[in-house]
This record gives sequence, C-alpha cells and structure tokens, in this order.
Amino acid sequence: MSPLQIIRVAVRALLRNTLRSFLTALGIIIGVAAVIAMVAIGEGAKREVEETFAAMGTNLLIVMSGSNTSGGARGGFGSQPTLTFDDLKAMQQEVSSVSLAAPVLRLNAQLQSEDQNWMTTVQGTTPDYLQIRRWKASSGAVLTPSDNDSRAKVVLLGQTAAEKLFGGGDPLGQLVRIKGVPFQVIGVLEKKGQSPNGQDYDDVALVPLSTFRERLQPSLGNFIPGVIFVSVRSSGETGKAQRQLTDLLRDRHRLGARAEDDFSIRNLQETANAQQQGADTLSALLASIAAVSLLVGGIGIMNIMLVSVTERTREIGIRMAIGATPLQIMAQFLAESLALALVGGLVGVALGTGIAQLLSDKMGWTVVMRADIALVATLFSGLVGVGFGLYPAQKAARMDPITALRFE
Amino acid sequence: MPALLELQGITKVYRMGDVDVPALKGVSLTVEKGDFVAIMGASGSGKSTLMNIIGCLDRPSAGRYLLDGRDVSNLSRAELARTRNTLLGFVFQSFNLLARTSATENVELPLVYAGVASAERRTRAEEALTKVGLGTRLDHHPAQLSGGQQQRVAIARALVNRPQLLLADEPTGALDSATSLEVMALLQGLGDQGITVVMVTHEPDIAAYAQRVLVMKDGLVTSDTRQRPKRAGAEAA
Repeated sequence: MSPLQIIRVAVRALLRNTLRSFLTALGIIIGVAAVIAMVAIGEGAKREVEETFAAMGTNLLIVMSGSNTSGGARGGFGSQPTLTFDDLKAMQQEVSSVSLAAPVLRLNAQLQSEDQNWMTTVQGTTPDYLQIRRWKASSGAVLTPSDNDSRAKVVLLGQTAAEKLFGGGDPLGQLVRIKGVPFQVIGVLEKKGQSPNGQDYDDVALVPLSTFRERLQPSLGNFIPGVIFVSVRSSGETGKAQRQLTDLLRDRHRLGARAEDDFSIRNLQETANAQQQGADTLSALLASIAAVSLLVGGIGIMNIMLVSVTERTREIGIRMAIGATPLQIMAQFLAESLALALVGGLVGVALGTGIAQLLSDKMGWTVVMRADIALVATLFSGLVGVGFGLYPAQKAARMDPITALRFE
Repeated sequence: MPALLELQGITKVYRMGDVDVPALKGVSLTVEKGDFVAIMGASGSGKSTLMNIIGCLDRPSAGRYLLDGRDVSNLSRAELARTRNTLLGFVFQSFNLLARTSATENVELPLVYAGVASAERRTRAEEALTKVGLGTRLDHHPAQLSGGQQQRVAIARALVNRPQLLLADEPTGALDSATSLEVMALLQGLGDQGITVVMVTHEPDIAAYAQRVLVMKDGLVTSDTRQRPKRAGAEAA
C-alpha cells in the first residue's frame, strides 16, 4: 500500500464525516492560531521595547548629581548639584571606556514665536549630545562647536515644539523668545518618539550650553544641576565604564570608604536588558499557554479517533480478513489523525496570521510574524496528531479479525 | 489431485475465565484442489472455529495445518494477513461490504493491500464484477444493490486476487431461494477454474450443491461423504 494510497483512504474516511472531522480539527486550529497570534504579539512587544531603547541611544550611561539632606529630609538625586564642569572634563579625558560625555541643563520656559507661545523644556547642551543620542536634524542644521564657543543665540526645535510654535509654517530662520531673549531657529530635529515612561522626546528646544549658562540660567557657576549623558565605546563595556566613572567621581569628590555616592549613574543598557527579559518572559508565557491549548486539541483528536476505531470495528475486521496487515491498519488510522492535525495546523497558521494582522490593523498593536514559528507550529501539530493518534491506531491494529467481524 | 488443505490433529481450546473450553478436539482433514466442500453442524459444533482456522483468521492450539504445502499453523499476524490476501477469499452471510463505497472500490480492496497499481486494480475489479454479472453496476454503493447483488460483489471481491481457496460462511443465509441459487451456481463454477470452495452451512438444501459434505459435532468431524452435487446452473438458467 503506497503512502499516497494511505493518505487517499484517510482523507476519504475523514470527509465521510465532515462535521465531526471539522470539530475535531477545530481544537488544533484554535491551538495553533493561538500560538501564532500570541507569539506575534509577544514578538511585537519585544520589538517595541527594542525600538524604545534604540531611540534613547545605545551604550548609554546617565550620570546625575546626588541628593541633599536638609533638616532630616533627603532630596532625590539631582536635588543637590555635586557634579562640576571639571568633573565633566575629567570624565571626557581620563576614562578610557568613555567615548563622549555631554551635559544637559534643563529649564522649563515659555517660548514665544511671532504669534504663538508654548511651555517646553529648554536644554542647554553641546554638539556631542546629539551624537550620543544619534539625533539628526530633519531640516536645517544642528548645533556646532562654534555655536558653543561664540555663545550664539540659536535654537534647535523638537518636532512637537516646532509644530506648536509654528503650526505648518517653516520655522527655519524665525525668531523664538526664551525668557525674553531672542533665539534664531537653525534647525528642526527629526522625530524621536516617546521615552519608556511615555515622555515626549520631541517636546524640546536645544540651545548651546554656553548660551544657556550665560543667558538663561546665569546663577549656576561651575555646577551641573542636570545630567551628563555618557556614551560608552562598546555595549560590552557599560559595566566597566560605570565602575570607572564611580571610582573617578568618588576620588574627585573625596568620598571616604564609608560615605555614600553623592551622584548616581544609570545604566540604560541594564534597564533595556531587564525590559527585554520582561518581554521575553511575556512571550514565553503567551506561547506556553497557547501550547497547552494545542495539547488539548490533541486530546480531542485522540478522543474522536478512539470513537472512530470502535465505530468502525467491523470495517477493520473486513479489511483484516481481506488481507490488511496490522501495520497497514495502524498506518491508516495514524494517517487520519495526522491529516486532521496537519490540516488543522495549516488552517490555524492562516487564522493566527489573520488575527495578528487584524490586531495590527484595527488596534494598532505592533505584531511581528515569524515564519519559523509558523513552521514549528505546523510540525508540532503534526507531531500532536501522530502522538495522540498512536494509541487509537494501535487499538485498531491489535483487534482480532474474528471478533471485529462479528461486531454489530 | 494434489491436496490444497491438510489438517493434522487440529485442536482449539478457548479459555473462558478459569475453564478451558475445547472447540476442536483433533480434526484431521485433507481437501483437494478444485473440490467443493460443505461443512455442516449445529451451532457449537465447532464448524465456525474450523472455518476460522482454515481461513487463517485464527491459529490452532495444537496440530499442523498445511495450506498449499506450507505450514501456516504458527505464522505471525502479519504473515497470516498476507496469506489471506494472496491465497484466500472470503464470502460472509452478511456480505461485509464497506458502506458508502462503490462496488468497484470494494472489489479493489484486496488488491490495494496486495500493492497492485491503481490502473490495474480498476481493470481487474471491473473484470471480476463483470464475471459475476454486475458489469453495469460498477459505481453502485452497497445500499443501492439488492442482497443477491451485494453477495455477488462480495464474491467478486473474494476472487479478484485469484485465490486458491474460497471460504463461504453461510453465503445464502441472508438471501431468498432464487438468489441463493444464483450464488450457488457461481460457487459451483469455481471448481472448473481450479478454485477450491469450503462452505459452512446449516441448510441441507444448500449443502446439496457441494461435492463433499462434512458433518461436525462436539468439535469432531462425525461424517464425511462424497455426493453427486445438485446442479444449480441449469435451474438458474
């Protein structure tokens, strides 16, 4: 009996009871569709995390000033400026694993264009900052070292700020007043999206650090009350850089062995990894729940195949009397459960893909379809078919032809 | 004539709980090629058990059974299946055709398990059906055929793989007398083609068509007579 013949007989037997076959396959269909859709959603979540952190910049450390304590109440990080521009210079020059370091001073201010005004965050920084964040201008120019040297009154607007101040108009060359000081718009930054906690990166105005210190917040002296963005040479070195920076700053601030750090260093790579792990766990959890439903589908197949074997006892007897060997009988029933599961698997892949597509189209979810998962799910459902079909098929093959022929 | 069947001291014991129930108590029997043998006996006489052993559906508890010169008493289930497929054909009282399957496909079935290619299967099945007079009903399903026609499909199926021995278990039990006669005429015709027929029946009228009649009682053959068979062909015509 050729494999083709076995499959033909199996398919005919299944089509003889179409509704039952469909309902049996439905278990597998739902299981596989769930696996496909869940993995697509899980992978989508993973990609979103990846993209969010890619937007922040890679190999990034953020150094902040420490906390102050007054009257027993301890302020948060950054409440007491402890970092100085000398610290910054030392970080740039003395730490081997650091490639770039840029301070960012912040100020919330009302910006005024000719006919609009908008409250946004003004940041005073150096050209290195844009390089660390891999942030480019979508139109116009970016900050240059000479802007910094000359204390130029120029501003770079984020997409949101530009839109609020100039609507659809072209902001390039226009004047914006910040705390009464006129700044010329030299460029608009490309869209950056949201931070992991939902803050809009694009609602911002960047001015040269020197201009910021002279015009907008002249009282700072040598201190950096904001943060310092540090870019590490390679992603494997973030831990090392963090240690080197800690040692450097403790040394410079003359902290004793027992004293707490008067600064903090955030390792975004670690945060990113943790989030990534969270997304991985979610993905695995969703997939395993879906796999359980696939298993339930397999039990459904076993159940129906057992019923089918009993119902067709006489047919089995006839086939045996006519010369079917136990192996041929077994192959026939295995082919039936395999066909049920495989067809169910393929329909499930189609359905799952459809569901994921629908979620992406209608709900705006990020979904990522993976061909390898579709293949594995189909193969696995075939395996389920064979696995759960084995016992019923054996039961059929072990029948005694005489008893089977007498079965009413 | 050479012997097709040779049974030597065949016994069969069934275990019912703790009790051994002997169904055959030592049957020795030789059947020649082309013979038409009827086995008669009351129910419980062991005739069905003997039939199952001759038909390679069951193995004897003790004794030797030579089929076409080969000892088949200790074959595995798969080897028995292949023996049934190549040497034997079965006709049952209740026809035992596959429902919702056309006459041709029913007849093709033994060839499927014999590994015959699809085109040849179809030709041979159609030939066999034509021989039993059903050349015009190839695509009919069992439910669309009369009892006599169904039994003729079953005979075509039994003969399609050119067996040495046809086993008929009460072949006319479910048929009226006119169709019974048609079936008996078909079976009688087989002897001329060298096919041996062994038939179990409890009706003396039917046994009358055989050339040799065995009577069984309590697991033993109690009488073995040759007779001049009643011809079914002439009356049927």
